[in-house]
Amino acid sequence: MFLRCRKSMKDTFFLFEPHKLGNILTCRKIPTQFFRVFVFLLMGLLSFSIVEANDFELTLKDLGNKSRTKIKKAIKELGNQGNPAALPALEALKGNRLRISDDGVLIILNESGDKGRNALSEKQVDLKALNLRKPRINNSVRRVLSSTIGKLQLQSSDPNIRLAAAEQLLKKSSGGLVELVEKALAKETSDEIREVFYLVLAKEGLKSDDKKKRLQSLKTIKEFGNNDFKNVLEKLLRKNEKGEFLESDSEVRDNAKKAISSIERRQVFIDQIANLFYGMSLGSILLLAALGLAITFGLMGVINMAHGEMLMIGAYSTFVIQNLFKEFLPNLFDWYLLAAIPTAFIVSGVVGIIMERSVIRHLYGRPLETLLATWGISLVLIQTVRLIFGAQNVEVANPSYLSGGIQAFNGVVLPFNRIAIIIFVVFVVILVWTLLQKSSLGLQVRAVTQNRGMASCVGISTRKIDMYTFGLGSGVAGLGGVALSQVGNVGPELGQLYIVDSFMVVVLGGVGKIAGTVAGAMGLGVLNKFLEPVAGAVLGKILVLVLIIIVIQKRPQGLFALKGRMVDD
Amino acid sequence: MIKKISELHSFKGWLFNFLLLGLAVVFLPLLNIWLPEDSVWHVPNYMFSLMGKYLCYALVALAVDLIWGYTGILSLGHGVFFSIGGYAMGMYLMRSIGKEGVYKSDLPDFMVFLDWKELPWYWYGFDNFVFTLLVILVIPGLLAFIFGYFAFRSRIKGVYFAIITQAMTFALMLLFFRNNTGFGGNNGLTDFKRILGYSLQEPSTKMGIYIITVVVLFLSYVLSRYIVKSKLGRVLIAIRDAESRVMFSGYNTLHYKLAIWTLSAFLCGIAGALYVPQVGIINPSEMQPSNSIEMAIWVAVGGRGTLGGALVGAGLVNGAKSWFTVAAPDYWLYFLGGLFIVVTLFFPKGFVGIFSRSSSKNNKEVILND
Repeated sequence: MFLRCRKSMKDTFFLFEPHKLGNILTCRKIPTQFFRVFVFLLMGLLSFSIVEANDFELTLKDLGNKSRTKIKKAIKELGNQGNPAALPALEALKGNRLRISDDGVLIILNESGDKGRNALSEKQVDLKALNLRKPRINNSVRRVLSSTIGKLQLQSSDPNIRLAAAEQLLKKSSGGLVELVEKALAKETSDEIREVFYLVLAKEGLKSDDKKKRLQSLKTIKEFGNNDFKNVLEKLLRKNEKGEFLESDSEVRDNAKKAISSIERRQVFIDQIANLFYGMSLGSILLLAALGLAITFGLMGVINMAHGEMLMIGAYSTFVIQNLFKEFLPNLFDWYLLAAIPTAFIVSGVVGIIMERSVIRHLYGRPLETLLATWGISLVLIQTVRLIFGAQNVEVANPSYLSGGIQAFNGVVLPFNRIAIIIFVVFVVILVWTLLQKSSLGLQVRAVTQNRGMASCVGISTRKIDMYTFGLGSGVAGLGGVALSQVGNVGPELGQLYIVDSFMVVVLGGVGKIAGTVAGAMGLGVLNKFLEPVAGAVLGKILVLVLIIIVIQKRPQGLFALKGRMVDD
Repeated sequence: MIKKISELHSFKGWLFNFLLLGLAVVFLPLLNIWLPEDSVWHVPNYMFSLMGKYLCYALVALAVDLIWGYTGILSLGHGVFFSIGGYAMGMYLMRSIGKEGVYKSDLPDFMVFLDWKELPWYWYGFDNFVFTLLVILVIPGLLAFIFGYFAFRSRIKGVYFAIITQAMTFALMLLFFRNNTGFGGNNGLTDFKRILGYSLQEPSTKMGIYIITVVVLFLSYVLSRYIVKSKLGRVLIAIRDAESRVMFSGYNTLHYKLAIWTLSAFLCGIAGALYVPQVGIINPSEMQPSNSIEMAIWVAVGGRGTLGGALVGAGLVNGAKSWFTVAAPDYWLYFLGGLFIVVTLFFPKGFVGIFSRSSSKNNKEVILND
């Protein structure tokens, strides 16, 4: 509106500029405009009777009218008719995607504006053949439009649209719509949407003069209200300049106070649930990072500082697979993850086996030297990746089915990618557990872990088992990399971020047992997320570290240590 | 006492040591002062800051060697003690800027920037050099004592200890990266102007700090030598080789480990404090876990369990680093990584081991095939 005003002022200003005074074209504009306005008004007056007489289709057609007043009228009428079929056209009008052909047919363009369909018959139309014009709407029309769309959405047959519309109403003031909401409420079957409707009515009810109605509204809010209502309620308890309460009735005020505390309690509960979920999500990421370490460190006693780089290699394998899919199989792009999982496992596993064969094998029994040598390997790997892929983070896109999330509670969204990781980690843990406990390879691995000499005597090739075990641990880390690529940045330093945490998990959980690693990871993840809001992210981390040191005081071998009577390592 | 100290080296050994000391403290500064600047033998001013930096690293290497080379405890947390010493010195230097900062305020610039109105309590006293000195000498050692007490008491050793120290380093680094911690966040402390009233820009001040560093390093070396030759040193080596056996012989290894661990941190703190005025900045990146691991490789390259080797190693690795980061920055990590691998695989005795014939005779390692 403001912009339009300024524009017309500018026009007027130019009119009085000396060199433009002689411009006849400009001068003629004034009478034309006056004439148009006059005609509009006249037509508006005349249109009353016509619109009432017409049915839905004619009303809809009026959206393409040249008169703004008439468009407004038509929109209101559509709202009153309550036919949700008008929604696409109205939304198109709002989104500036509605066009009118010369013969007055309404065309709805798609999002990118290259295709159009008839608003009534839904048929595709050839845009090039038509001469299209945009409907003339201004802010006052848009206001009517928004509320009408809301109204119609409330009557939509799709519950998701109804819910969204109801929530929209809750956010905005819904002054004139009480009756409509009540009507919709009577018809509504879904409890979730009814709840929102109740809240909409309660919010309006607070403004009522009737004390009973206000109390009733407070009761509803107390039961269902979320954090947004806190402000509304706190307003009731405030005083004006004269020191009088804005809400005169003390009973209402008391109830408002109770409602606030009830909302706060519920919020605390919701926060805890959210913390628990995010803690589990962090825990599952830690678990994926630490599981491979639990195998190489826990079973073989090899301290692999390049373990974080195995994660990084897994994540970069995902990146490469993603790019290959983008290049050669764009149709199947969403399924690139399925290909990335085995690829990452194999690539990381092979790199791990090469490491074991070339360096680590010579350092068995010298853990501190292994630590330093593997640190050296990690530097080499980081620099190699940096030279190949660049030092910047690369982008790994979520497949469409992993983007977005479910709204579990008011304000708590559980993203699909995090849920998927939790499921994935369960799968990986079961896989590793089965492999170690049920397969013959697992049996041999455990035999070598318990007594290398004896295992060798009964004919197990301990060297081969070392190699396989290390490959398995590295491969599992690669799987962790796939998961990490879905929630975080992928860059050369990716592994360094997780190495300290994953060692903490293994140390806390105790070596040699998968259950310990699972407990350690989940414990650390959940603890971290619960400490974060209280102490801040950094202090939370430090507290966790202190806690680990205290736990190790009590249980030096970790929470889930293998029982034994070993004096020395 | 003097007799004991004089027995640490043979006559030749002492002669060599004092020759080196004289070279560093007298000869090089004289080359700087007497010779004209265009002479080939002239030692430029910047060399003293650079050498001072290396000498600080050498002091760190000495400290790491005491705890790792002689006692067998690999610490990945010495960067923390180094940084704490550095931060203490940095705080003093920060306070002695006075009102000459960018904002002309009595508070350090970063506090003005954060809109703080007064000094946090833990900055009190850093106007005073003696107090600062006390902090430098006490705090790193104290932190090490507390941490070590709890760690050694529950017999955390080997890689577990390494990992725990690394976690401590990581946590403290995060803490110092926070702006609200009050140590300048990720910019750290910098823009120093003077120390004890002497301008830090003056070549003479730089040379003075350099000479102090040389002397401190020399004294630390003699102290370390004294320790490793003493009965305490013997016990430490015994702990490294067979801790259980030492315990069964009636020694409480906790005390020995704790003592050498604290001393090592103490030396590291001093190194950090000497490092900061010569480099002109201290920030949390000094606490990165990778820095602490690099300290271990200095010692490994030079030769574990030989004090001289640690000093040589620190010089070699850092010299290589200075050269690589200028000439071929992309390949520095390859070189460093390769160094880690090659030294641990092929030269467990380090640089010194290659050149000393006697060590190969004693090197009868018994390899038990478990």
